[in-house]
Amino acid sequence: MVKITIDGNVYEVDPKDNLLQTILSLGLDLPYFCWHPALGSVGSCRQCAVKKYSGEDDQKGRIVMACMEPVVDGMRISVNAPEVKDFRANIIELLMTNHPHDCPVCDEGGECHLQDVTLMSGHNYRRFDFNKRTHNNQYLGPFINHEMNRCIQCYRCVRFYREYAGGRDFNVFASRNRVFFGRYEDGVLESEFSGNLAEVCPTGVFTDKTYKQHFTRKWDLTTAPSICHNCSLGCNIIAGERYGTIRRIASRYNGKVNGYFICDRGRFGYEYVNSDQRIREPLRRGQASGRLEPVDRETVFNYFKKIFDKKPRLLGIGSPKASLESNHALQMLVGKENFFAGVSAVEHQLTLKAIQILKEGPAKVPSLRETEKADTVLILGEDVTNTAPMLTLSLRQASRQKPMELPIKMNVPTWHEMAVLELMQDERSPFFVLTPTETKLDDIATAVYRNAPDNIARLAHAVAHYIDSAAPEVKNLTEEETELVKQIAENLLSAKQPLIVSGTSCLNESLLEAAANITRALKKRQKSPWIFLTVPEANSVGLALLDEKNLNQAIEKALSDTYETLIILENDLYRRIEEDKANKLFDAFKHVIVLHYLHNSTTDKANLVVPVGPFTESDGTLVNNEGRAQRFYQVFYPGDSVKESWRWLGQIMTEHGSNAGRALSKLDDFIEALVQDFPELKAVKELAPDADFRIAGQKIPRQSHRYSGRTSMNANVNVSEPKPPEDEDSPMSFTMEGYQGVPPSPFISRFWYPGWNSVQAVNKFQIEVGGALRGGDPGLRVFEPQADSDAPYYTRIPEPFKPQKDQWFAIPVFHIFGSDELSIYTPGVAELAPKPYLLLNQKDAESFKGEKVNVLLDGKQIELPVKTSSSFPSGMVGIPIGLPEMKIFKFPNWVKISG
Amino acid sequence: MSETLYYLLIIVGVLVVMLSIAALLIWYERRMLALWQDRYGPNRVGPFGLMQVMADMVKIFFKEDWIAPFADKWVFIFAPTIIVVAVLLGFAVVPFAPGIVVADMNIGLLFFLAMSSLGAYSILLGGISSNNKYSLLGSLRGAAQVISYEVFMGISLMGVVILSDSFSLVKIVEAQKNMWFVIPQFIGFVIFFMAGVAETHRAPFDLPEAESELVAGFHSEYSGMKFGMFFVGEYLGITLISAMIATFFFGGWLGPSFLPPIVWFFIKTFAFITLFILLRASLPRPRYDQLMSLGWKILLPLSLLNLLATAAIKLAIGG
Amino acid sequence: MFSILRSLWLTFLHTFHKRFTIQYPEEKAKLPARWRGRIVLTRDPDGAERCVACYLCAAACPVDCISLQAAEDETGRRYPEFFRINFSRCIFCGFCEDACPTYAIQLTPDFELVEYDRQNLVYEKENLLISGPGKYHDYNFYRVAGYAVGGKGKGEAQHEDPPIDIHDLKP
Repeated sequence: MVKITIDGNVYEVDPKDNLLQTILSLGLDLPYFCWHPALGSVGSCRQCAVKKYSGEDDQKGRIVMACMEPVVDGMRISVNAPEVKDFRANIIELLMTNHPHDCPVCDEGGECHLQDVTLMSGHNYRRFDFNKRTHNNQYLGPFINHEMNRCIQCYRCVRFYREYAGGRDFNVFASRNRVFFGRYEDGVLESEFSGNLAEVCPTGVFTDKTYKQHFTRKWDLTTAPSICHNCSLGCNIIAGERYGTIRRIASRYNGKVNGYFICDRGRFGYEYVNSDQRIREPLRRGQASGRLEPVDRETVFNYFKKIFDKKPRLLGIGSPKASLESNHALQMLVGKENFFAGVSAVEHQLTLKAIQILKEGPAKVPSLRETEKADTVLILGEDVTNTAPMLTLSLRQASRQKPMELPIKMNVPTWHEMAVLELMQDERSPFFVLTPTETKLDDIATAVYRNAPDNIARLAHAVAHYIDSAAPEVKNLTEEETELVKQIAENLLSAKQPLIVSGTSCLNESLLEAAANITRALKKRQKSPWIFLTVPEANSVGLALLDEKNLNQAIEKALSDTYETLIILENDLYRRIEEDKANKLFDAFKHVIVLHYLHNSTTDKANLVVPVGPFTESDGTLVNNEGRAQRFYQVFYPGDSVKESWRWLGQIMTEHGSNAGRALSKLDDFIEALVQDFPELKAVKELAPDADFRIAGQKIPRQSHRYSGRTSMNANVNVSEPKPPEDEDSPMSFTMEGYQGVPPSPFISRFWYPGWNSVQAVNKFQIEVGGALRGGDPGLRVFEPQADSDAPYYTRIPEPFKPQKDQWFAIPVFHIFGSDELSIYTPGVAELAPKPYLLLNQKDAESFKGEKVNVLLDGKQIELPVKTSSSFPSGMVGIPIGLPEMKIFKFPNWVKISG
Repeated sequence: MSETLYYLLIIVGVLVVMLSIAALLIWYERRMLALWQDRYGPNRVGPFGLMQVMADMVKIFFKEDWIAPFADKWVFIFAPTIIVVAVLLGFAVVPFAPGIVVADMNIGLLFFLAMSSLGAYSILLGGISSNNKYSLLGSLRGAAQVISYEVFMGISLMGVVILSDSFSLVKIVEAQKNMWFVIPQFIGFVIFFMAGVAETHRAPFDLPEAESELVAGFHSEYSGMKFGMFFVGEYLGITLISAMIATFFFGGWLGPSFLPPIVWFFIKTFAFITLFILLRASLPRPRYDQLMSLGWKILLPLSLLNLLATAAIKLAIGG
Repeated sequence: MFSILRSLWLTFLHTFHKRFTIQYPEEKAKLPARWRGRIVLTRDPDGAERCVACYLCAAACPVDCISLQAAEDETGRRYPEFFRINFSRCIFCGFCEDACPTYAIQLTPDFELVEYDRQNLVYEKENLLISGPGKYHDYNFYRVAGYAVGGKGKGEAQHEDPPIDIHDLKP
């Protein structure tokens, strides 16, 4: 800690950051554009000028850029000296000379960093009489809108896109005041993180195109803290609603999980919530018509009453996309022995394995954001860009860790981005990508290994053996493989912080075991490795913690036992298991009850459909891939029909007295019940204060203090305003009344602070800029690895993969846009999703004549166009999984192709 | 028998006429205020808006009869009746015309003073029973104001008594046959008039109500007909004081004989009622301390001096 | 003392003054053009809707009686998909007109907004939109803004240079 003097006040600060960041951390206001806590300093916008005095006697001082200034002991500066204020006002005036007169039609207006800084710097009248330069805009795909006139040349976009996110198709062109940021020609931005441009850009050059379709100002959004449901990482998001539809998703800073950014699937894949496929009222299959017909709430309860009167046996199927509370409520209703996770056997088995490995240790499990600090990375089998997108962004930062040693050695501050880049050049951390398919991380990889999952597992086992000879040995490796094993192992051993990444997407248990073996071997060699495993869905881990039984077992049980009623929770079984198996299951039941928010093949089979809220209309808790429980909150009140699954189930249990004497009406009741039944999940109760929490007697409002239209938005229906809905589940209100200051971190529903309307207000919510949120980042681990465990090595080494003559080994290929069940409802996501294809090695493909081949999958013949890759392992086929046009097949599997 | 009937008729007549005048004054005051403020005032209901009185009465009778839950209920109900009863009793001694008087008491003047001071109870009890800060302040002001101004109200009339040698109002009127007492007793008239304004707590001496500071003061909590009683009481008070000024200083019913005496009496009374309204239309409210020092430091000594001088002159001339 | 008498006298003289009251409804008041009465949405000189659905009027409204939804036509021009004012809540403060960056929303000298049914005081866009430019005859937001809309491309607004050709190599 050092002492610095700012405008006569002495502060004690940590000298690790630059002066601008330090000033902002102290809570002082200083305008800036080009600096961003995640992107470092380049000193290009000249906006953060402060005055620096050379000593006690120096009365004059000199103007310096705060973002380029290291903090040293005894430093004396001034933020408010008239000369620097003048300087900043002049700079903003110059930046504004070309800014168009657009604010009313600009989506950034009202949350614009440029507006904030212009106001803060005191520029309010345009004196520049000459013409403004203009630019033509580009089409940048379905997610990002381009309005280049508004640019103030801060270079943040290009630094984020190229240097931070590793995109290649976006750059800066031309010179002086003609500079242009965009692609070399119109086209879809390739990066999966392009949505963050909308938040990184301090003005309205890049804006959210899906938001534009139903635009609402930031102050008019009813917002609540939420968790992304589109992959297993559990990124924190803010969902915003207006007039009953979700308008946009924005990232919610969490210093432990996603930091400042989210991926495009998380940001744009929300529109299923507004889909016309939504189920908004209870539906019962009419006896005469055979179709689902809308009924009232009472009918639902009567239906259940009739079932309960017969003392039935119920079979419940949970969902890895539904919250812990909903799954547990169904488990309570049907009984633990009749509850099954709604996941196929292989997926569930892998998830359980992943949990076992994480729990056993001894490797530490980093949080998503911590993985940025690893300096050697080994990826086993997982195409992280497509299965856990945000991990790509973190791993890209990890690839800078090792070369960062050079600037540190040369005493160059790590935040000094330009100098750091010059020193690093093309240096990267040791980075090994071992996957069957090409990945987007290949460009930063030290070595890439393309092979069948079993072979990757073998290689990984060999790495473990190389590190510690007590680990099982792998025989029959080729010379090249042995060389690669040596290279990987040596790098892992010399690393300060090695990280092993693997996951379930290859559907290969040996891969997970091999990953565990490497960490165990490293531990034996006195290293402290990290392991990071991805799982299929947002709450896969949570569901696996609740129940170990899977969907395939449910089918067996249903066929062998006497059940009458099947209850399915927020799950489309036709996306979990093969069609004929699902059909068999449905045929075994007299009553099929489905709780869901969207019409799909499963609701087509239902006798009763109960309308439940998706994540924006429910509260609940998810457990992400590292075992972190995180709470998401209802954004708005959808009306009287749509309720959370747990609330429906709780009410049904209460009506029929099967609640075992427990109160089951509010969220807190269900959390209490969950923690009673699963004491190991006690962290769920400590995630956030309960519904009785108040700040100075007030609730925390979901609406901003500027929320408009309250006496008019419903006036077309009835001129008398309805009573605002009340929230008994959380300490948040659905209105603008309540405590408008900085709330406890689990309840942050918007980043706003007086004078800071843009998302940059997040600085005011953090203990120090770029660090944890005030009161600690929300989310708690439900399990931690045993650090001193002495878990034995896994000894099962798979046989090497052998291509066969008339059969092909089919593996699933994941796509960030397309493989997910729900995000595909967003038109832009559907547009970017690939059409069905068959991935083949180039040489293998030559044996087929046409561009299309027939594939025999699960006894069904389908025709698929061929896509070839020179690196895809021979003897295998890759089939995109989850595309709406394609059925679910059994993976991994041997298939026959003819063409 | 017929004499009893005659008196009953007079009593009923006085009651009816006085209450009607009080009611009409509501309209009259609004029209006059409007006139002096370059407006029209109520002119829509009936001819010249005269039926406005009826409309107001209907409204006030049908208003919710609300009693504040924190109020002292019975005192709260009782308080507004005092002022109406007291003022109406005051009319008992007013000689409207020769022979038209309810009770020509030989102590008529003292009876009038006694009745007018009873009105203070109404304000005091109304304010205290409302159990409200503003009402309490208003009632305290009212009590102090009425008690203070009562002192020289009485003293200022003593000059009249000396000149007429009687406390009987009929005698006082008759004593003015040659000269209205306003000429010898001009100072007495001015003092009585000012005290009268204060007694009826009318603008500019409406400090117990003082809308701008006390939110209607002692009757903040009153609504409906209970408020109406205070309202009527106030207009009855104006009428009584005006009638008394006419009686004491302007020769009561006396006047040229082309008009009957009772008409002269009402003309004079209405002139003073109009003056009351003109005062309200033009003068701002003084501060409370200014009101008190005016009373105790100027008007009281002045009234004593007036009494002294009148007595001395009477002694010198009549002795 | 004298001043009090003078006040009384001066007040009394008002007996003979002309009265200011206008006998509405027999007599109609002459309202100034900037009278804050019924709110309208105006059109620009070209006859197109002026409102660009920026939401500033709704944000400025102290009684929150304005609600709207932005939409965009095929040429990129923004307009309100619906625009609703609940006149039963409106206090005619004129803040919306102040906030409007395009002179679209204007208050007019019409105060006769009486209805027997309160529901009829909810005005939708078709009730609000008039066919003229209201008080401001010449202003056209899109002629000033750098935003391209139908009939006006980049660099064609006032004070704008033609768009930069980024493939041009000149410095």
